[in-house]
Amino acid sequence: MSARIGVITFPGTLDDVDAARAVRYAGAEAVSLWHRDTDLQGVDAVVVPGGFSYGDYLRAGAIAARSPVMGPVVDAARRGMPVLGICNGFQILCEAGLLPGALVRNTGLRFICREIRLRVEADTAWTSGFEVGTAITVPLKSGEGRFVADGETLDRLEGEGRVVFRYAEPAPNGALRDIAGISSADGRVVGLMPHPEHAIDPLTGPGADGLGLFTSVLGRLTAAA
Amino acid sequence: MTVQDQATGTPSLDTVANAAATPEHEQPYAALGLRDEEYARIREILGRRPTDAELAMYSVMWSEHCSYKSSKVHLRRFGETTTEEMRRHLLAGIGENAGVVDVGDGWAVTFKIESHNHPSYVEPHQGAATGVGGIVRDIMAMGARPVAVMDGLRVGPLDAPDTARVLPGVVSGVGFYGNCLGLPNLGGEVVFDPTYAGNPLVNALCVGVLRTEDLHLAFASGVGNKIVLFGARTGLDGIGGVSVLASETFGEGGEGAGRKKLPSVQVGDPFAEKVLIECCLELYHAGLVVGIQDLGGAGLSCATSELASAGDGGMEIDLDQVHLRAEGMTPAEILSSESQERMCAVVTPENVDAFMAVCERWDVTARVIGEVTDGENLRIHAGGEVVVDVPPRTVAHDGPVYSRPYARPASQDELQALTTTGLARPVGPAELAEQIVTLASSPQLASRAWVTEQYDRYVRGNTTAATPADAGVLRLDESSDRGIALAIDCNARFCLLDPREGARLALAEAVRNVAASGARPVAVSDCLNFGSPEDPAVMWQFAEAVDGLALACAELGIPVTGGNVSFYNQTATTAILPTPVVGVLGLVDDVHRAVRHGFGAPGDAVWLLGETADELDGSAWAGVVHDHLGGRPPRCDLAAEARLAGVMAEGAARGLFSGAHDLSDGGLAQTLVECAVDSRIGAAVTLPPGELDPAAALFSESAARMLVSVPAAAEADLARLCVEVGQPAARLGEVGGDTLAIDGVAPLDVAELVIAHAATLPSVLDA
Repeated sequence: MSARIGVITFPGTLDDVDAARAVRYAGAEAVSLWHRDTDLQGVDAVVVPGGFSYGDYLRAGAIAARSPVMGPVVDAARRGMPVLGICNGFQILCEAGLLPGALVRNTGLRFICREIRLRVEADTAWTSGFEVGTAITVPLKSGEGRFVADGETLDRLEGEGRVVFRYAEPAPNGALRDIAGISSADGRVVGLMPHPEHAIDPLTGPGADGLGLFTSVLGRLTAAA
Repeated sequence: MTVQDQATGTPSLDTVANAAATPEHEQPYAALGLRDEEYARIREILGRRPTDAELAMYSVMWSEHCSYKSSKVHLRRFGETTTEEMRRHLLAGIGENAGVVDVGDGWAVTFKIESHNHPSYVEPHQGAATGVGGIVRDIMAMGARPVAVMDGLRVGPLDAPDTARVLPGVVSGVGFYGNCLGLPNLGGEVVFDPTYAGNPLVNALCVGVLRTEDLHLAFASGVGNKIVLFGARTGLDGIGGVSVLASETFGEGGEGAGRKKLPSVQVGDPFAEKVLIECCLELYHAGLVVGIQDLGGAGLSCATSELASAGDGGMEIDLDQVHLRAEGMTPAEILSSESQERMCAVVTPENVDAFMAVCERWDVTARVIGEVTDGENLRIHAGGEVVVDVPPRTVAHDGPVYSRPYARPASQDELQALTTTGLARPVGPAELAEQIVTLASSPQLASRAWVTEQYDRYVRGNTTAATPADAGVLRLDESSDRGIALAIDCNARFCLLDPREGARLALAEAVRNVAASGARPVAVSDCLNFGSPEDPAVMWQFAEAVDGLALACAELGIPVTGGNVSFYNQTATTAILPTPVVGVLGLVDDVHRAVRHGFGAPGDAVWLLGETADELDGSAWAGVVHDHLGGRPPRCDLAAEARLAGVMAEGAARGLFSGAHDLSDGGLAQTLVECAVDSRIGAAVTLPPGELDPAAALFSESAARMLVSVPAAAEADLARLCVEVGQPAARLGEVGGDTLAIDGVAPLDVAELVIAHAATLPSVLDA
């Protein structure tokens, strides 16, 4: 039986269809989870996709982090279930306390949509299929993608090998230390601003580099089974 | 019972009974934009004076924006020139919210382009944002899922002070709304011209996809069926061109002096619209909707009168059931409010509960506000009284129609006599190279990445091409290889020189851009932006452009499926360049075979399809190098355009092309530069054979031309295809290297071209 990966839809979520497609392309079953769900239907991992959940009102990700479905997601993540937050999903994971730091407005104060090169810098549940140091090309598309944290937190993330993705060129959004994505201490929860789910097919994206995140977690899930 | 204002005890409602009893009551019809004879006609229709609410409805629905009273007599040309053969694939055409084209396999595509010009000048961000929101709801109202947007933007000169306010605001508005809705933006146009400085144009296109069985049309039929208003609450915002409605002098309702007047530009909430889209689609798929209408300009006045007018009975509406966001709104204000993100549905009584349950799931507020009756009139109640009792057709469709005087201005001859013949042309390799770079880095032709990088093009995962490609290309659905291509175009400089030929050229360019992807053009939507219809010279431009476009569509066999007219685009007495923007929809049988933008692989041959004549009048070269606009536009040969499009479609199907890019603004020179820049590779080419001097060969903007890249193995096949159909073609050279080497021109370093092309907009807009 193939792995089952949940994809959450909040009101205002936009990239849920893309995340579900990426899950399917990787060979897993995509399970739709609704923001009001309190049961994760026994999924093996969860993707929190991008968009503007609840219109980004109050603060990007703040309301979604407190929605019914996030309770069981946080519980499961603390028990080691792999969770991937992309863009707004990354913001939600930070707001939910699963990842440190915060995402604030881009330094240029404008939305940025462009293909970008990232360096994979850590071996996690979502990057185990990549050689550390590999460069991948995926789209970045966000207005509030600048990762910030205090110096101590940044040093800790670097020291513990939890900077998972770094912009290969100076971060266009002004992210501190060019950080594009980070992980939890156990490497099971990963959040990143760029969109690997938009890079799974050269027909519709810059290539298929992004698929590696989804096949990585499948490898981990299968190995654990 | 008469509603009493609690504070004063005076009647606060102008009821039908009250109107009948007080024929002499003076009404502010002129301030609402109605002429004496129009007001007299309303009294004649009703056999009494209108109530305040009725006057509000007629005045907005009979406005130029809603009634097309100045353009109607000309727009008939589109219907007259559309043959049965052209209608063959149309499931809905002009008159519906948007045209719908059957594309096969049970799929249909609907698209429309619409203007939001004046609001975008007053408040660029919200004006542009709600322009996107409005066109998206038009597409939803056809039963379709909106799948992409495009936008055509026209503003003053790049370095004009107000451009720094208008352009960034408009772009952030388009991006904010579209990005939040999760609709990929495929690109469009950004044009700078002094005539747009006080009157920018924001034209937004939306395309939607549906299964043919899900097609929904706006009509209210079936006695007893319920009218449901759902979505955002109705407020005092956007009581637009009739903002006088919010003044204390109109009626005695409301809260008197000190009442807050909200801006006439609506404020958009894309999150509410995103939720509304998903809610509507779930309602459609569950079969819970009989008819549907979006609420845009003229709000409930428009939605109720149009639904009732298109149905087979009357309609009763109770304004007390409308969910409001302000207190004490008068019936006239409720009917005229242009609050965004609202829809109106016709639902059978037995489906109302299920309808409400879907709305509840999406946290969308919905209320039954009325029902279809077996009467003939649209009757609207408020406070238990009848405040509107009108034949709906007289509001929605039987507005005034004017045959405005039009005349070719005497200045047109002078303008056409002012040709480019005497302008100094560049000679020698260095000067030619210098002017190529000057053009490529001019505001007119520089990279639009500053704009398009603020738009999400990836969301939903079906975008296979977007700007800077000539056409946006979308896969219809993951389960299918079918796709669509879209382009919007207008060279308004050509339209000033000759509105008829200019409109034909706009169509030709949009067709060519769609053809560049290998798609077959199938349908047209237009957005006709002009100055004041009360100026006979402007009206002449309009009449010429419409007739020219209608005949050109007939010649190409592709129907106009809908669109929009925007008049009064002028600053004092100076009208904008006549700007009939044309959107063309094309079909792609297999998105994997769509032709890529730009140059192909190193070693591939570079071919020029089409013939180049010495046509520099109105060109970007004349404008940028000499600040000149005069003469006659390039000749538009639609048979040549159709032949070229045929070669592109056939060549794409056979896999002959590794890249393509049309020739338009800036001519061959600019196309070569853009191919090199966008593909990050050089080429070595000669100029096309013939008698032309190098400047004409490089900068002429002759139509019906395309630059294609062809793998060596496919060259013989392409040559045969061109001979078979009589397509003029010339092999210019090969792709490769780090320089753009044009015979007779100093070599141009691709990396330097990339920088020159990219730097212009940021250098001004980020300064």
